[in-house]
Amino acid sequence: MTNSNGNVDQYWKKNIQIVTILLSIWFLASFGFGIIFVNHLDQINFFGFKLGFWFAQQGSILIFVAIIFIYIRLMKKLDQDFKEEIDD
Amino acid sequence: MSIQSLTYLFVGISFGLYIFIAIKSRAGSTHEFYIAGKGVHPVANGMATAADWMSAASFISMAGLISFMGRDGAVYLMGWTGGYVLLALLLAPYLRKFGQYTVPDFIGTRYYSNTARVVAVLCLIIVSFTYVAGQMRGVGIVFSRFLEVEIETGVIIGMGIVFFYAVLGGMKGITYTQVAQYCVLIFAYLVPAIFISILITGNPIPQFGFGDRLIDQDIYLLEKLDLIMTDIGFKPYTSGLKETIDVFCITAALMLGTAGLPHVIVRFFTVPDVASARRSAGYALIFIAILYTTAPAVSTFARYNLLESTHDVSYQEAPQWFKNWEDIGLIAWRDKNNDGLIQYASGNAFDPVKPKYLDSKGEFGERVIANNSQASSGNEVYIDRDIMVLANPEIAELPPWIIALVAAGALAAALSTAAGLLLVISASVSHDLIKKTFATNITEKKELLYARFSVLIAVIIAGLFGIYPPGFVAQVVAFAFGLAAATLFPALLLGIFTKKINKEGAISGMLAGLIFTLTYIVYFKFMHPELNFSSNWLWGISPEGIGTIGMVINISVSLIVSLVTRKTPDEIRDLVDQIRQP
Repeated sequence: MTNSNGNVDQYWKKNIQIVTILLSIWFLASFGFGIIFVNHLDQINFFGFKLGFWFAQQGSILIFVAIIFIYIRLMKKLDQDFKEEIDD
Repeated sequence: MSIQSLTYLFVGISFGLYIFIAIKSRAGSTHEFYIAGKGVHPVANGMATAADWMSAASFISMAGLISFMGRDGAVYLMGWTGGYVLLALLLAPYLRKFGQYTVPDFIGTRYYSNTARVVAVLCLIIVSFTYVAGQMRGVGIVFSRFLEVEIETGVIIGMGIVFFYAVLGGMKGITYTQVAQYCVLIFAYLVPAIFISILITGNPIPQFGFGDRLIDQDIYLLEKLDLIMTDIGFKPYTSGLKETIDVFCITAALMLGTAGLPHVIVRFFTVPDVASARRSAGYALIFIAILYTTAPAVSTFARYNLLESTHDVSYQEAPQWFKNWEDIGLIAWRDKNNDGLIQYASGNAFDPVKPKYLDSKGEFGERVIANNSQASSGNEVYIDRDIMVLANPEIAELPPWIIALVAAGALAAALSTAAGLLLVISASVSHDLIKKTFATNITEKKELLYARFSVLIAVIIAGLFGIYPPGFVAQVVAFAFGLAAATLFPALLLGIFTKKINKEGAISGMLAGLIFTLTYIVYFKFMHPELNFSSNWLWGISPEGIGTIGMVINISVSLIVSLVTRKTPDEIRDLVDQIRQP
């Protein structure tokens, strides 16, 4: 019982870690590149777009999609590890 | 065939399809009625979520708004997609693990209190009705412009269809109908965008096209648009006008609000397990991103085409669409400088902004309006933002079948969202208020009857909103997101990620967030609209963005109150541990 409780804590800690890292990227891509630093990035040309404008209207959305799919993969692996340890 | 008969044909076919699916997937139990028996495949659920989420506001209004806002339009693009990251990472898996029927269900159980449940139902109903009202305006515009029926008739037809499949099929019927509606709406959105992209830049992918060079000139489209706009006295299209803090807060409020919207969250209760809930959120965002990355391209093309085809063109030679939309009262023109030409400039053309038409025609055949001219601006044209997407194919002179397709797509977007909203309203009434609070001993059969009956009531109220629009539909959209961000989102988030928050904390937090946000919006939008500009706002944050502050207040109040009141009971701590495991 104590062992499986330990596993649960471990699982939750890992989970929080994953979420924190991914949400930092989420924040940087949208609020960072798309809003706070947008005027600086606009100095750079990116395939015909000003880079800041592109992040605000395209790039951030693409990164959002990527974040969720990375999360799905990482959590799938975490779930499997957790199940194996419980079974052991 | 004429545009009108094509539209009848497309709308008729799509409506027939929706009814067919509804009959095929009738719900037999409350389990099926509320959450489709938990048997929905993640891809199908992703599509249904996308259709549920993308409303008349996304389909009809958003690109138009962005085309007049330029870069600042990103608040909608990021705000309405970024919320899905929060949903997927912070809420959906845990709420699915919890495994009940509604959002108030979770709040009522986690905070072991029927008061918390009723507060959540209250927030949910305010948020959802606000939203339904917006859909009805969309239905009204499409019917009156393309099918040339009275708005009332259009609304009644639309509500009849929604009622039919929501009552019959519940969540199950709605889910499969929404899958079909997603296909219709995304096709209808992409086809004209692709055509217009090819016409303007030669690039068939709109997402790349609006960053491409013009087909007939060696200059980037966005650069050219910036030049045209600065010539007429506007700020360049790719520059921002709003304060950074306001853009920040509006985006945050929309994101947090998205994650707290009950009709979106309930979607994740319909899948078989926790892993599917995560995958559903991912698919949903892909399906949404297809439209949301196309929208800013549409906005850019629309602004460019609009200026190219009408600026400095004489009214008599103006394209037919200009006069069609003028006929139904969404475009107005007054020749301020008496040269017979249509001219745009920055600033509002008229005072008050919305035109009031008189019954007479002017010198050039234009509709005469009663408004004063806005003396400080040389702008001669009023254009309702809501028409840009619908008018876009006409502006670009695309064939009639595309115009008819867009009408069918707009109806699909409006109806799918309306149906999802009506369902969460009815579920919260029949399940949370009746079954869990006031008449706990009713049978499942009776509950299902109450659920269907509450859909009926909700449809009638929504229909009334459509026929007698409260005049402030566009403004109250700020309510829905701000309130969801300030009330439901923090209660859900804290309920999962801390065990400390107890019932006293959650209830006082939700009420504090609700009262603060509501007061701020009502003060600036309804009591003193004349004071609604940035120097009067709290830290320069507009009413649209104030939900972000409301959320911070909610969380602070919850934490402080929980610290000074009783500890959360042990069984609730166990429950939280439970939902954290996969």
